[in-house]
This record gives sequence, structure tokens and C-alpha cells, in this order.
Amino acid sequence: MSEQRNGHVRIGVYICHCGANIADTVDVKAVAEYAATLPGVVISREYKYMCSDPGQELIQKDIEEHAINRVVVAACSPTLHENTFRGAAERAGLNPFFVQMVNIREHDSWVHSDREAATVKAKDLVRAAVMRVYFHKPLEKRRVPIHPEVLVVGGGIAGIHAALTVANSGKRVYLVEREPTIGGHMAQYDKTFPTLDCAACILTPKMSAVRAHPNITLWTYSEVVSVDGSVGDYKVVVKRKPRYVHEDLCVGCLQCIETCVYKDSKFDDEFNLGLSKRKPIYIPFAQATPKVVVIDPDACIQLKTGKCKKSCMEACVERGAIDFAQKETYEEIHVGSIIIATGFQTFDPRRMPQYGYGKYPNVYNTLEVERLVNASGPTSGQVITRDGRVPKSVGIVLCVGSRDENTNRWCSRVCCMTSLKLAHLIKEHTGAEVYIFYIDMRAAGKGYEEFYQRVLNEGVHFIRGRVAEITDWALDPSEAGKLVARVEDTNTGFVRRIPLDMVVLAVGLEPQPDAHEVQRMFGISCSLDGFFLEKHPKLAPAPTYTDGIFIAGLCHGPKDIPDTVMQAGYAAAEAIALADTGFFELEPNTAYVVEEECSGCKTCVPLCPYQAVTFNEEKQKAFINEVLCKGCGTCVAACPSGSIKQNLFEDEEIYSEIEGVLAYA
Amino acid sequence: MEDRPVSDKLSTSVQWEPIIVAFFCNWCTYTAADLAGVARMGYDPNVRVIRVMCSGRVDPQFVLDAFAHGADGVLIGGCHPGDCHYVEGNYKTLRRYHLLRRLLRDLGIEEQRLRLEWIAASEGEKVSKTINEMVEQVRALGPLRLSRRFKEWDAELASLEAEAQSEEVVAHV
Ligand SMILES: Cc1cc2nc3c(=O)[nH]c(=O)nc-3n(C[C@H](O)[C@H](O)[C@H](O)COP(=O)(O)OP(=O)(O)OC[C@H]3O[C@@H](n4cnc5c(N)ncnc54)[C@H](O)[C@@H]3O)c2cc1C
Ligand code: SF4
Ligand code: SF4
Ligand code: FES
Repeated sequence: MSEQRNGHVRIGVYICHCGANIADTVDVKAVAEYAATLPGVVISREYKYMCSDPGQELIQKDIEEHAINRVVVAACSPTLHENTFRGAAERAGLNPFFVQMVNIREHDSWVHSDREAATVKAKDLVRAAVMRVYFHKPLEKRRVPIHPEVLVVGGGIAGIHAALTVANSGKRVYLVEREPTIGGHMAQYDKTFPTLDCAACILTPKMSAVRAHPNITLWTYSEVVSVDGSVGDYKVVVKRKPRYVHEDLCVGCLQCIETCVYKDSKFDDEFNLGLSKRKPIYIPFAQATPKVVVIDPDACIQLKTGKCKKSCMEACVERGAIDFAQKETYEEIHVGSIIIATGFQTFDPRRMPQYGYGKYPNVYNTLEVERLVNASGPTSGQVITRDGRVPKSVGIVLCVGSRDENTNRWCSRVCCMTSLKLAHLIKEHTGAEVYIFYIDMRAAGKGYEEFYQRVLNEGVHFIRGRVAEITDWALDPSEAGKLVARVEDTNTGFVRRIPLDMVVLAVGLEPQPDAHEVQRMFGISCSLDGFFLEKHPKLAPAPTYTDGIFIAGLCHGPKDIPDTVMQAGYAAAEAIALADTGFFELEPNTAYVVEEECSGCKTCVPLCPYQAVTFNEEKQKAFINEVLCKGCGTCVAACPSGSIKQNLFEDEEIYSEIEGVLAYA
Repeated sequence: MEDRPVSDKLSTSVQWEPIIVAFFCNWCTYTAADLAGVARMGYDPNVRVIRVMCSGRVDPQFVLDAFAHGADGVLIGGCHPGDCHYVEGNYKTLRRYHLLRRLLRDLGIEEQRLRLEWIAASEGEKVSKTINEMVEQVRALGPLRLSRRFKEWDAELASLEAEAQSEEVVAHV
């Protein structure tokens, strides 16, 4: 029957041992012997590593010497090696789409322990594939051109590094940052571990380079609001929020800030985490890039009531940069690929009330202390508590919102090192006794263990144990007026009470609060922890499952600056390679209408999310635009007359799989 | 439908074991099942996964066909609402699923034999949990043997028809 349909079908079946990965659980020999008895199967072999060169050559040779024209490979997941085996077929002159993979590793040997049941399952799955390949047709991959432009979302160190790398290769980059300046978290730090080089000294030159680069279009105070299209041609709409200041006219003289009718700064300064105040018209920090002021509409009298003297405007009368009538604008761009680098937020320690954050003024988080030790911070680098004292004893509590069943299960990776850095800096600034309360000290990284030893030698006290609570309840006079950390020192087995002037909570790193919206907008996935999901945890940690979209930096999971920069460079390299290749090969799994069978009911037309299905009124037939179709198959499943087909997922192919897996049911 | 050779039983015991056909979308649930494999999150071997690009590709006819060919249960796995790789294929699946359940009920097929689950690419654990749960539920329901029922229905229809015909004959006399 099949021979009439598809010529003379000669199937080769190849069962992979995957070393012991499959062969330990599945009786590969039995499966191969069984496959040999199935109709159409001419050759059935098992081999140690099908994906290796000799394994692939085995297939090629059979195609050439035994006129095999259908190939079934039972091995790992098709998401891993489908292209490998398609390539082998192609090299031997067989259309690659005559290959079908059977997943007997991830879906079988790795999840079952009963050898007998796993072997039966493997046979069922192989049989389904053998029945399926009867119906395979030769297909051509579709090539789509790639717009060379690249969009980078998020201007932290990840986005900055990615943008510069792509721009240096001669491609146009759009860098979209939602805050008024680029820089991200790194701009807030004084020093960076483990070398203690000044963060500003290494970051600000890169920020300026972004601003000055002829290939980079920098849009700060902006957000992506919609993304359409696919790899090669993403249509992106960017909303540019009004800063009430013309970026091209402002020179950053800051005279407007001085003349603002508010003589005193009254509003919480976001960049300093509320540890200082700013005016309604402000610049986030001295090296903000672009160096352009911004007006906070919730604070500005003119914007709130329309009744202000507008002294800022007077100060800027010559340049005329201030414009209260400025409205948000929208830019539409077309880019070939997108790098997402939206970073993280820190854990809100109010979720662990036992640590008294928000209740006791002298309990801080690490980010706040980064600002306190910073020479250009709210206290000009003096470590003084909220009640104005120089602390004599400081306790740093690790793993706040990390490695904890009740909050976040993951290790935030940078807090141990950040705490060592801050311990060193606090000691340097104040001479205080510093205690670090830890569960494990994790100092894995180049030069990290050495830094740990250095801080140990500086006389910082390390107490192993999870702090039970921070309290101001003094039990004896030595504790009066102080905070007390109650902790079981697991090295000695004693419960200790340590009186402290200042407590620093080493808060964990979390996905951005809007990570799920961003994930949806760009059509990528999140891991269970809410960070963006990479395509492969080891071999593709910057690509995502969506072609042409890459992730870099903290938005993918906790990491330090060196790892962030490496991943950003990797994402950039992928984007550059894509642009340089100039095209991308798409799976030919598109749908098409068999006109003679279409009854003209129009059921399919509204179903397509990409408007690929249209209706030809003259012919009274549906039509699918192959360029727009992404191959989901929704219209195929819905057509009541069965007149829509989908390449690679034809009805016959799926029915034969169903029948195949159930042949013995 | 032939019987599976004795050497080829799902388990060494002669006890009946349910068989579940699963349609998993490529982007979320199939990937999650791969992850379950990588992380060795074991589950019952009674499931046979068929990969489709999107849960929206699952034609209700596939489900009926699976039951007709001897499946005791059918599991459809897709991306969470809002996460479909093709924007909204899974919403269409959900609509079809509700209709299908009603249809199955009318056919006398217990609703628990069809299950739709949203399983994201990172939810390997959910794959194994869902499969184990479903296998247990279907095992409790017992075999569906729809093909056998089809034969019974056919025989019933034939005898009814024969009866009607003989009555006609009588009436003509
Ligand atoms: C207290 C503390 C101290 C640290 N100290 C060190 C150290 O000394 N050494 C070290 O190696 N590492 C350190 N780290 C880790 C370091 O901060 C990170 O590795 C690094 O900042 C990650 O950079 P990023 O660009 O990925 O993210 P971020 O710095 O968070 O930047 C993300 C950027 O994206 C923007 N953004 C977010 N969402 C959107 C959106 N939807 N649209 C547009 N833009 C958006 C944000 O505004 C931000 O500018 C520390 C971390 C903490 C918490
Ligand atoms: S659903 Fe099928 S029959 Fe109806 S218009 Fe579309 S292709 Fe034609
Ligand atoms: S298969 Fe999906 S993308 Fe293609 S035309 Fe049908 S509904 Fe649209
Ligand atoms: S792609 Fe998973 S449900 Fe559509």
C-alpha cells in the first residue's frame, strides 16, 4: 500500500546505545531485532554512539549502498540531534526530511528503571516512527533574510557590553533602557570584588563609549511595548517616555536643578535608594549617561498643577531644553535579533520580618551599604548609621532570601563575595568589628578564594549559623541601645547573642518584578525560579528557544560581573554571526490548503495568530501565505473538511504514530 | 487488534497495564519531558509521547483515534496560558478540550481519561507528577477497550437492523 503512495520505501533503523545511557535500561539489541521484522525495514542496526562520526557514516553508507530512503534513529531527543542526523542523510544525497528521530533516552531510559517496560516502550516508539516515515515527503528548508540591526533591551553592564560588541562589528544597535540612565546596578557600587577596582572607573568609560558610538542608537527612559515577527525581522515598538527635557538640547550644566523653586531636595533619590533626597528636576548621578536631566512628573509643581514659576525654564532659556508639553513618543524599528539584558531586583527583606528590616533603622541591605561606602554616595563615603553614629560593630547576615525553602531556593552566587567586599570596606572606613554570619562561604571564581583569605586575615569574625532573629531587646547592659543578632554558632554548638550597631542583610537576587510580562512579550520562557530560560543549560546558555532572541546577564540567573560580561559577549557573537550569515533556515513545517478539498467555510481564517490565512472570495477558497505561517498547526486541526495540511506533521503521519504506539494495546 | 506477544508485555506480570497516548507541544511540554529525563525524574512507563509543534495542532480526531486504537487515556500537554509559542494556540486547545470532554461523556468514556495540562519548559517535575497521577487514575478506571465496544455496538446495531427488517417482512405478509 505504502509503496504505491511513496515509491519504494526502504527503511533503515538505527538504535543508539548512547554508551550506557540507553543500553543500560533498554535492551537495544532486542529493539533492533524487533525493528528488523517491521514492514519496510531493510536494515536495522544498533551502535554505541550514533551521533559520532562513525555512527553517522553508518547511516550514510547504508543510504548509498543499500538504497535506504527512510531513516529512523532511536536515540536522544530530537531537540538535540535531529539536525545531526538530517545532515548525515543530506550528505548521502537523501532529502533530510526523510529522517525521523525516536526519543528513547530523555523519554525512556532516563526516566524508567524497569528494563522490560523500557524496552517495550522503545519498541512501541520505534514502530510508530517506522510507520510514520512511510508518509514523509522531501521538503526544502525555508530561508529568511536577517536584518543586520540588533536590539538590546536593558542597559546594565550586560546590555552595555553586548551593545558595544555588536556595534564594534559594524552593525547598528538600538539600546533601550527604561531608567533615565544606563549603568544598571553596577553604577551603584563603589568597588568590585575581588580586585576592589573602582566600579565607576571601569564602567563609566564603557557608558560614554555607548553614548559616543556612531552605530548605537541609545534610547533611555524608554520601554519596548510590542514585538512582532520572527528571527530576521522583528518589528519592535519602543515607547519613549517624556523626560520634559529635550535630550538633544540639554548639555548637562545642571543649572536648572539649582534654580528649581524647591530650595531643598525633598524627594527620595532612587539611585541612592532613598538614603538621600533629590529635587523634582534631577540627574540620577554625576556620570549618568546620557547626561541629561529629567523631571519627575509626580513631584514637579508645574506638571502637577500648572502653577509654577518655572524657574528651571528661565535658567535654561538660552538652550530651551525644558519642555513641559513633551509627550511620549513611539519608535518603530525592524531588527534581525534581540538581546535581552534586563537584570534583576534584590530580595525585599521585609519578607523576613525576623530580621527587622524596615523596623529598625540600623538594619540595611547590601545595596544600601554599597551606596554608603561610595565616595560619591549620600554620605560621601562615610559609613554612618541612620541615627548618625559611626558603628563600632557591624554584622552581615548572609543568604537573606537565598537558599531558603520559604523564600528563594537558589543560591544568589554573589552575596558571599559582596559581603566579604563590604566587610573589608566597612573595616577600612570605620575600624569596626565586623561579623559575618554564614551557612557556607562560597568563593568560587578567579581570585575569589584569595580574597576570602585576605578578609579572614584582616580579622573579620566568621560565625557559622543562620541568624534566628535581629532584636533590640537588651538582656544585659552590654546590649542596651544596640541591635542583637541571635544565632546558633554551629561550629561550637552554642547559641550566641552578638550586640551590633549596624546590621547588613546580604539580600539575594531575584527576577525583575515584570519578568513574566517581558518573557511573554518576547515569546521566551522562564525557568521555575522566574529567571529567563536558556536554550541549553550547558551548551547554549545565551540563546533561547525562540530563534534570534538571546539573553545575557542577571536576567538569566545570578552571576557576577565577569560571568555577565562573558555571557553578553557570547550573546553578541551569536547576534553578529546571525547577521553576517544573512539568512536563517526555518523548519519547513508550514501549513497549506488543498484547494480542491476546501469547502470555503472560513473556519480557519480567524484562527491564525499571524494572519497567514486569508480567503479568496473569487475562488471561495482559503489561502495560506507560507511566509507568514509559523507552522503551529492550529488551523490544520480546525479545518472541518481536512483540507489544510501541515508539512512534517501531516495527518497521516500523526495517525500512523498513534496507530504505531498502540499496535498492541 | 492483535495481542501483544507474551514476551512483549508491558510488565512481567500478566496484569493489565493502562496505556496513555500523550500529545506534547514542542516548545513547552515536550521540552519539559526532556528536562524530566535529564534530571532523571522517573515516572511510570505507560505513556507514549507524540510530538506536535503546538497543542493547537491536536485535532480532536487524534484523541478519538487514539481511544479507538486502544489507548486507555489521552494526555495533552501545552504551554501555560499566555506562553504559547504561537501566541494563542493553547486557547484553541482549551476550547476543543471542553467540547471533547462532553463528547466523550456522551460516548460513555469517563472524562478522566482525557486530560489537558499546561506544563512549562522548566516544569520537568510536573511532567512526571502528571503522568504518574494519570496512570494511577486510569488504572483505577480499568481498561477502556473501545475497539471491543465498537464491535459490540456494531453487533447490536446489526441485530437491531435485522429485527427491524424481519418486522417489515412480517408486516408485508
Ligand atoms: C549588592 C551587590 C553587590 C555586587 N557587587 C559585585 C561585585 O563587586 N563584583 C561583581 O562581579 N558582581 C557584583 N554584583 C553582581 C552584579 O551586580 C551583577 O552581576 C551585574 O550587575 C549584572 O548586570 P546586568 O546588566 O545583567 O543587570 P543590571 O545591572 O540589573 O542591569 C539591568 C538593566 O536593565 C534595565 N531594565 C530592566 N528591565 C527593563 C525593561 N523591561 N526595559 C528596558 N530596560 C530594562 C534596568 O533598568 C537596568 O539598567 C553585586 C550584586 C549586588 C546585589
Ligand atoms: S477551514 Fe478548511 S474548509 Fe474551511 S475555509 Fe479554511 S481551509 Fe477551507
Ligand atoms: S499553521 Fe498556524 S501559523 Fe500556519 S497558517 Fe495555520 S494557524 Fe497560521
Ligand atoms: S506552543 Fe505550546 S501550546 Fe502552543
